[in-house]
Amino acid sequence: MSDRILEVKNLKKYFPVKTNLFGKGTEFVRAVDGIDFHIDHGEILGLVGESGSGKSTTGRTVIRLLDPTEGEIIFEGRNITNLKKKELRKVYERMQLVFQDPFASLNPRKKVGSAIEEVLFIHGMKDRAQRRERVRELFDMVGLRGEEEKYPHEFSGGQRQRVVIARALAVDPRLIICDEPVSALDVSIQAQIINLLTSLKDRLGLSYLFISHDLRVVRYMSDRVAVMYLGKIVEIAPADEIFKNPAHPYSKALLSVASIKGSGKGRKKIILKGEVPSPVNPPSGCRFRTRCEYATVYCGEAEPQLKCIGTGHYVGCHLY
Amino acid sequence: MGEEILKVKDLSVNFYIEDRVIPAVDGVSFSLQKGETLGLVGESGCGKSVTALSIIGLLQTPPARIVKGEIIFRGENLLDKSYEEMRRIRGKDISMIFQEPMTSLNPVFTIGRQISEVIMQHQNMSKKEALDRTIEMLKLVRIPLPENVVRQYPHQLSGGMRQRVMIAIALACRPGLLIADEPTTALDVTVEAQILELINELKDKLNSSIIIISHDLAVVSEIADKVAVMYSGRIVEYADVHTIFNKPKHPYTRGLLEAVPDIDMNRQQRLKEIRGVVPRPDEIREGCRFKTRCDCAGEVCMDKEPPFYQVGKNLVRCWNYA
Repeated sequence: MSDRILEVKNLKKYFPVKTNLFGKGTEFVRAVDGIDFHIDHGEILGLVGESGSGKSTTGRTVIRLLDPTEGEIIFEGRNITNLKKKELRKVYERMQLVFQDPFASLNPRKKVGSAIEEVLFIHGMKDRAQRRERVRELFDMVGLRGEEEKYPHEFSGGQRQRVVIARALAVDPRLIICDEPVSALDVSIQAQIINLLTSLKDRLGLSYLFISHDLRVVRYMSDRVAVMYLGKIVEIAPADEIFKNPAHPYSKALLSVASIKGSGKGRKKIILKGEVPSPVNPPSGCRFRTRCEYATVYCGEAEPQLKCIGTGHYVGCHLY
Repeated sequence: MGEEILKVKDLSVNFYIEDRVIPAVDGVSFSLQKGETLGLVGESGCGKSVTALSIIGLLQTPPARIVKGEIIFRGENLLDKSYEEMRRIRGKDISMIFQEPMTSLNPVFTIGRQISEVIMQHQNMSKKEALDRTIEMLKLVRIPLPENVVRQYPHQLSGGMRQRVMIAIALACRPGLLIADEPTTALDVTVEAQILELINELKDKLNSSIIIISHDLAVVSEIADKVAVMYSGRIVEYADVHTIFNKPKHPYTRGLLEAVPDIDMNRQQRLKEIRGVVPRPDEIREGCRFKTRCDCAGEVCMDKEPPFYQVGKNLVRCWNYA
């Protein structure tokens, strides 16, 4: 399967919330509870869901900032699930992460240029002049020509996010995990960053795992979209398909309330009852059944598996 | 309808920080009819929240000071009121919902106590009557099992439920004017839809006027009748919600609408971006505030600030329509 840059199999990540006398977990938040997906070379996979659905945990576990509880992560044909820290450094030359908050992800006491030089140094570029040249090239690439000598506080939010992107690109990665990269930015700035990410992808042939709660942005960016609910992927399909014909009742509701420009009042919306249940104690069977209008007794008994209902369109619901 | 409940005239608010003067709101005027909903839209730092806080009299002074203007509510200028008088108006005639429902509720008092406190403060009611009214309010905002919830503490409720409690507190005395400052920003999309639906429904039921503040034009389009777009302390465009979305005139409004991808767009169509960054409020002293980021800026925009022009149904502050 050489066309796949990333493959995730049965990934689980549990966080202990209660521990016994010996520090062993007895009760867990099942943030990610058995998900499978893959990303092809040059593809953008969008990951949407509400807070607590496990989308950020998925991103962080894939890049091994968090250790998976179970499952396999195969990156460029290599199983990286159990790699040691030292071995991971090589992986990080090929896979990088961009966080939501550009204010928290830069060291305030370091000039942005030297922060990136440090990355290059760690990854083996020992020649100073060469590092300088590379930093200049990177700043050029993200539209911040000649701003290397500034401190983070001298930049606005959007510019900081450009710096963070430049830092992620420093090692020439193939896959970038973007965790809500535009959510903290003003609307007029969001478009700039989205355009930057798109053009960088085309220029450098990158793949993205694009995590966001903003459906409009995900729709725009992604080739395929996965919808998460309470630690599970409930539907995954090509972006056009999922937005035109969402199959899962949750996707349907989520997409119907996604604010569409100017449509405003009178648009037909599916308003869900209640709120997301606790991931410590998710409902038995189908996790969405407590808010689902089609739920039957059977939904409480068996957990639905992902079923193929069209080209690349998979849905986890007993209705299908 | 037809009865004017609020009129803001030429409101200007400055912040005095160290020895700098920062004009946060600069000559903002608008009016609101009874039962009408106004959306105030703009990005961070445009002055929308400062405008709201001035109306309800919660502006931190110092550093802020209202330097000019009038806020006429039901025929009286609120800026002439004493602290005590404002206290009686706040919560009774004008109330406000904030963005973050967790920090707006007191964590050590029960929900019931926090709602009935407002009712007893403003209306001559016994504890028993106030409690009945509290339960009635909780039913109104569709909180299940209100008899139990009155005994619970804020941390026992979810984000959406807390925001419902905030709405119940705000509406407990049936205020004439409700100010909602980013009421759904901290909530998930499916819960946001629930809250917006609730506000819409209550608006009709109680016939209150609402000012809704948001950075998200789409949220505003859900409930507002009229929309004022703010940029750098000024209203730059004013029109009814339909016109703003379908025939925006100001280059900034157009930019804002185009900067958000439409639901049927994909990567092949490049997003229109507004170049540059939002200027600091004290950065631009002359000419149009938007000139540094505008694609249509001409010479006149550089040194003279445009007045409002009536173009169709829109009021636009832009020289292109002179």
